Amino acid sequence: MNDMVQLIEPIIPALRRYARGLVRDRSAADDLVQDCLERAVGHWHQRRADGNPRSWMFAILHNLAVNRFRGQKRRPVHIEIDEAAEPDVARTANQEQTVEVRDILRCVDQLPEEQRSVLLLIAVEDLSYAQAAEVLGIPLGTVMSRLSRARNRLIELMDGAATEQLSKPFLRRVK
Amino acid sequence: MNLRPISEEELHAFVDQRLDVRRREEVAAYLEAQPAVAKRVAAYGRQRELLKTGYASIADEPIPSQLNLASIVERQKRPALASWWMSAAAAVVMLCAGGVSGWALRGVTQSPQGIAALAQEASASYAVYAPDHVRPVEIKASERDALIDWTTQRLGRRVAIPDLSASGFRLMGGRIVATAHGPAAMFMYDDDHGTRLVMLSRRMTVDQNMPMAPQTSGTLNGYTWSDNGLGFSLVGPATPDRLHPLADEVRKQTSPDI
Repeated sequence: MNDMVQLIEPIIPALRRYARGLVRDRSAADDLVQDCLERAVGHWHQRRADGNPRSWMFAILHNLAVNRFRGQKRRPVHIEIDEAAEPDVARTANQEQTVEVRDILRCVDQLPEEQRSVLLLIAVEDLSYAQAAEVLGIPLGTVMSRLSRARNRLIELMDGAATEQLSKPFLRRVK
Repeated sequence: MNLRPISEEELHAFVDQRLDVRRREEVAAYLEAQPAVAKRVAAYGRQRELLKTGYASIADEPIPSQLNLASIVERQKRPALASWWMSAAAAVVMLCAGGVSGWALRGVTQSPQGIAALAQEASASYAVYAPDHVRPVEIKASERDALIDWTTQRLGRRVAIPDLSASGFRLMGGRIVATAHGPAAMFMYDDDHGTRLVMLSRRMTVDQNMPMAPQTSGTLNGYTWSDNGLGFSLVGPATPDRLHPLADEVRKQTSPDI
């Protein structure tokens, strides 16, 4: 039992971060992580003893998130850059964060869920490609093609965001 | 130098630092000669940095109390108390807040799901039918075909009746039993000492493919698993050492492709 706590506890911050990337809303993300922890505790004896607990936890979390999206019969609400309310976008932002960081957080939110999850697992959580494949239950080749699409799409979105910054600098604060 | 062509995958592996030293140098040399590709790869790298920075603060936040692992473990140790308390709390909320918000809490009051639920249902079927000396089964082993027809019709899927005679257990017969998750097929076996085993099988909407998990309550042991949307639980008053190979045998016979 102590074993379990020692293995799971250090993963919680990363689980929260990944959940937030998936569902955006802070309390919904933490509810998801809570579900994930409950399942992990309840099913601890069922995990493969030689498996990586980190991948296993991420897989549980990911499946719960996907089931939740399905249950809602739709993906989380798509938010246009211009419509994104400031507090939501600034959810992780602090004063020192650059415009570029804020832009990428907005842009990554616009990626389709399947591309976003691959990118977050690899670029933010530092999972290996094989671990990401295991977490998402997809072949390695699919991981690579989604990663590639995610990154290229993100370049386009970031270019768009940068252009927008330049072209309408004065329209932002009108209200 | 004859350079192995660089693949798109390797460009990503370069960014994610997943290449070995030698290949990393080869890719770096290639990028020096290919400014357009280098620009794209640099953009990938910049994305990585920005994402790391952007999401870093979430992992640094203090962990909210709802995610306190010790209390989650504690709660699961006392499932009966916890669920009583939660049901009571949910009932209060429903009374106060009315139907709509109460309905939103239905998840909280749900009983176990998936194979955990199936394991409970198998134990309950054992407790009700195995001690029955008058009519433990509805259809006897001699009418095996009728039993298969009935269970197939009610479950909407054919469940093979495992043959455990090599391990000394004879099929007594079976019946359909009610569960909160729909009809289940129950088959009962006994050996020369009168030890009875119950196998319960039903369709699964949750946990459609789960590895075999052991369960114990009092003197009753069991193994529960699911394959391709069909769940199985074998329970009986036998030791895990004796029951486990029987469960493996059941699994082998019910899912020939495993």
